[in-house]
Amino acid sequence: MSDTDAELKTVIFDTLRAALTKPAELSEATHIVDDLGLDSVAVMDFVMEIEDRLDLSVPLDKIAEIQTLGDLLNVLRGLKGGA
Amino acid sequence: MGLLDKYAALGAQYAQVEAAGVNPFNVTFEAMVSATEGRYRGKPVLLLGTNNYLGLTYDPGVVEAALAATRAEGTGTTGSRIANGSYGGHKGLETELADFYGRRHAMVFTTGYQANLGMLSVLAGKDDHLILDADSHASIYDGAKLGNAQVTRFRHNSPEDLDARLRRLDGTPGEKVIVVEGIYSMLGDTAPLREFAEVKRKWGAYLVVDEAHSLGVLGATGRGLAEAAGVEAEADFIVGTFSKSLAGVGGFCVSDIEGFDVLRVATRPYMFTASLPPGVIAATRAALAALRARPELRARLNDNAARLYNGLAGLGFALGPEPNPVVSAIMPSPEMAFAFWARLLEAGLYTNVSLPPATPKGLALLRSSVSAAHSPAQIEQAIGMFEAVGREMGIIGAEARPAPG
Ligand SMILES: Cc1ncc(COP(=O)(O)O)c(C=O)c1O
Repeated sequence: MSDTDAELKTVIFDTLRAALTKPAELSEATHIVDDLGLDSVAVMDFVMEIEDRLDLSVPLDKIAEIQTLGDLLNVLRGLKGGA
Repeated sequence: MGLLDKYAALGAQYAQVEAAGVNPFNVTFEAMVSATEGRYRGKPVLLLGTNNYLGLTYDPGVVEAALAATRAEGTGTTGSRIANGSYGGHKGLETELADFYGRRHAMVFTTGYQANLGMLSVLAGKDDHLILDADSHASIYDGAKLGNAQVTRFRHNSPEDLDARLRRLDGTPGEKVIVVEGIYSMLGDTAPLREFAEVKRKWGAYLVVDEAHSLGVLGATGRGLAEAAGVEAEADFIVGTFSKSLAGVGGFCVSDIEGFDVLRVATRPYMFTASLPPGVIAATRAALAALRARPELRARLNDNAARLYNGLAGLGFALGPEPNPVVSAIMPSPEMAFAFWARLLEAGLYTNVSLPPATPKGLALLRSSVSAAHSPAQIEQAIGMFEAVGREMGIIGAEARPAPG
């Protein structure tokens, strides 16, 4: 489980770094809208990159509930585990 | 204090635009003169941002139909069709739409926005899956939100990503409903509908095509992209609007599906809102008849679209990928889009500004839409204004490139 967690975290952080125009400190506590300034579509686009890399689909209602990178990690963990 | 405090950031942005003196999101024309001309701040303005594709808003037959129906049946229906009854015109328009599309069923909604709310919220139920093109119009996203289905989005215009998403759902219970548009309203690009139809068939999904910007624009008889791409049989539901090529307001869905009419008592955006007034219904019927009887309108529209697209491309503007009646120039920033828009308006040309999150990929767009009612001279005049402002602002080079083709 923690192996997968580390992997998921790497995917999230790498994808986000590639998407951001300026470098940012990233942690599970990072708030996607407040700290990174992404708008609703940018968030969905960033999640899409992750969906590609993990070969899974994240439903929009789940994306809407995500505030922090930790929330995103939880959602991805659930989808990976549940699949 | 603040119920509305959550909008502080948005409010600040809006105030900043207002402070510039001209706000693209708050324009009031003093008068409309024709399908292509209005008046703004005491001066004539050429309209190049109306979605009035066939230019039928002042068509004498359309106007007379609206007047006659209003005199005969009054200004409003004052109620919903379920609670307060339909008029003959509602039924007549539905019959004519079904006939035009060669489908068994048609349902009319009070706006195009509501047509998407109404259809998407009920086509996919709690255990079904809605799969939307990522660049879908707000009404498609909102319709998805109003329903109970699981919703995912696929990469804009990517049959591969659509296929991947359906593969991931393989074996999952529930129906799969795909939603795409004919012409996308922001960049004027069309969907690869043949490829989508193939993916749809492969996975046994349903396909909804929103032809809001392609009705009356594409296809041998103007039915839209599904007709142009030769895949009407695979488009299980066509959704559209009367507010663009049909010069009025309202929306519709046509389909051949068995049992379609049950939706009239299932879909809330149809049931719980007043039906279209007689004048609008009559005008729409006249506009649909004009669309069918006068293919030259479509030819003129597409000539104008090509003229504007090629003209701006030749000047070096970065545009959407294909020439269609929506022609969007990609601006380096929202500020440049505002400034460009304001200078054009000052010079007497009205266009639209489109910004993220309404636009894809964070693009700032200066969006134009052409009409069959524009004369070639008006299009040339518009290109001239784009050229002058573009050079002045340094968005295009100092010298014209040769026009392509
Ligand atoms: C793709 C699309 N669907 C639906 C609508 C909504 O249509 P209406 O403005 O008639 O409500 C629009 C128009 O804005 C649109 O662009």
